[in-house]
Amino acid sequence: MAKSIDVSDLNIYYGDFLAVEDVTIPIAAKSVTAFIGPSGCGKSTFLRSLNRMHEVIRGARVEGKVLIDGQDLYGADMDPVNVRRMIGMVFQRPNPFPTMSIYDNVLAGQKLNSKRMKKSESDDIVERSLRSAGLWAEVKDRLDRPGSGLSGGQQQRLCIARAISVEPEILLMDEPCSALDPISTSVIEDLIHELKSQYTIVIVTHNMQQAARVSDETAFFNLSGVGKPGRLIEVGRTETIFSNPTDPATEAYIQGRFG
Amino acid sequence: MTSTLAPRRKRGTVVRAGDRIFSGLSTSAGILILLVLAGVAAFLTIEGVPGILANPDEVKSGQSFWPYVWPLVYGTLIAATVALIIATPVAVGVALFISHYSPRKLGQILGYLVDLLAAVPSVVYGLWGIQFLAPNMVPVYTWLEDNLGFVPFFAGPASATGRTIMTACIVLAVMILPIMTAICREIFLQTPRLHEEAALALGATRWEMARLAIFPYARSGIVSAAMLGLGRALGETLAVAMVLSVTAGTVTANLISSTNPSTIAANIALSFGEASGKTVNVLIASGLVLFVITFLVNFAARSVVDRRKEFSGAN
Ligand SMILES: Nc1ncnc2c1ncn2[C@@H]1O[C@H](COP(=O)(O)OP(=O)(O)O)[C@@H](O)[C@H]1O
Ligand SMILES: [Mg+2]
Repeated sequence: MAKSIDVSDLNIYYGDFLAVEDVTIPIAAKSVTAFIGPSGCGKSTFLRSLNRMHEVIRGARVEGKVLIDGQDLYGADMDPVNVRRMIGMVFQRPNPFPTMSIYDNVLAGQKLNSKRMKKSESDDIVERSLRSAGLWAEVKDRLDRPGSGLSGGQQQRLCIARAISVEPEILLMDEPCSALDPISTSVIEDLIHELKSQYTIVIVTHNMQQAARVSDETAFFNLSGVGKPGRLIEVGRTETIFSNPTDPATEAYIQGRFG
Repeated sequence: MTSTLAPRRKRGTVVRAGDRIFSGLSTSAGILILLVLAGVAAFLTIEGVPGILANPDEVKSGQSFWPYVWPLVYGTLIAATVALIIATPVAVGVALFISHYSPRKLGQILGYLVDLLAAVPSVVYGLWGIQFLAPNMVPVYTWLEDNLGFVPFFAGPASATGRTIMTACIVLAVMILPIMTAICREIFLQTPRLHEEAALALGATRWEMARLAIFPYARSGIVSAAMLGLGRALGETLAVAMVLSVTAGTVTANLISSTNPSTIAANIALSFGEASGKTVNVLIASGLVLFVITFLVNFAARSVVDRRKEFSGAN
């Protein structure tokens, strides 16, 4: 089910502003890849270009190539709506639909596919998704309550459940834990470990320990100055990047000397 | 000195002159509104009750109050409701187009044009209704009678002048459109980016995004917009008085015939000039009825908005 991602020579612009320059990176199926780097170096921008979410921003566009299992993400026959059904995304701030119950939140993506489903079928999907997101035990007695009544960590896991309920090939996460307490964070990190067996996961994080804990591969992004484009400095096995990075900037960043 | 002036003031709190002036101003503004409202209600009641109690032979219509006012209430409600049914989807659609579909420049121009509609005076809408809309609607009404005549609303016989309650409803709908569109547009624009992106990231099309993120967020705002529109439609006088060809005492579901009920406001405007004695009290009493209807409508709208408050995202 999970698919690989192959990015080559990707430039991303906001209008005339080149935000991310010349990124080439292979991402294997069923792996966890962490993006690290200082603020503003284009991690979110690059992540969004992987499911064409940047296109919802006026003036944003890309040059270059992204292949999903060999298929051109920006090919003429690719509809961004279908792309996003195949490649899920979890955002920095938990964003369950506040007017919907927990149950309906999990099913929101399913309903878009507008398949008619039997009640038993949707019950199964809700339970399976909430179990995978490690939230089932906490909410099974109040599925009809609004999603906005949950704690921040629970809301974020609800968003993960919503994203995986449609069984995407790839899951993108943009600093999913940065608004959460340490306990919720560790729950979500465990979750990432489990999800890895089914999904290709790309996660942006500001937290070095988190990158070291959850990821197989780590990619370090940097920018040479304000107004300059962000670039991919290096990518490799997480152990290697953390113990023996090639680039001095990577080493400096990891050791907390800047960024 | 200070301690004698303000002996009960809590330690450590300083009351600033600005705060005191502002709180005084806002309190008196609030009281003033209540007084005006109470004054209007008192006037309507004191002047209206004799009208409600008047004998049929004391008034021009020759009817006692409730049989007299009922067709007017009916006409008022029908006109305002149908106007709202026409205007709401248009307002929501135009607002959504301006806020989320059109290019920014075009959206600004459209928004400006819609605002401009609000600046057109009632009498101009009335003229437009009589001179343009009514004659042009005649073939439509004939068609409706021929093809949908089995629906009570379109039973016919179709009016030859087009000055029907349906025409009045369309004029009213156009009149309430600007305020409703403007409110909907403002609220749609305030939809949190967060929720829009949540929908889009699930693979929602733009319309699905509107259904998932925008409408639920804007629900109470749309209801408020509709209520404002309804309030204006209930009270609109001149345009209806001009457009509508009235047969006193009519109560019918038929929207396209030449016998139409009047509305309370239009009836007051048309009858007041030549009214005297208890007839004046009857008209004022009908005004009281309109006041109560408008009040109830707003009250109902509040409770609709409140009912699912915990799902509103405000918490
Ligand atoms: N919506 C936007 N419009 C214009 N420029 C943007 C937008 N979002 C981000 N940028 C710019 O792109 C660069 C990369 O931002 P971002 O991807 O958010 O970085 P990161 O996630 O690594 O902190 C920054 O210079 C930022 O100012
Ligand atoms: Mg970011």
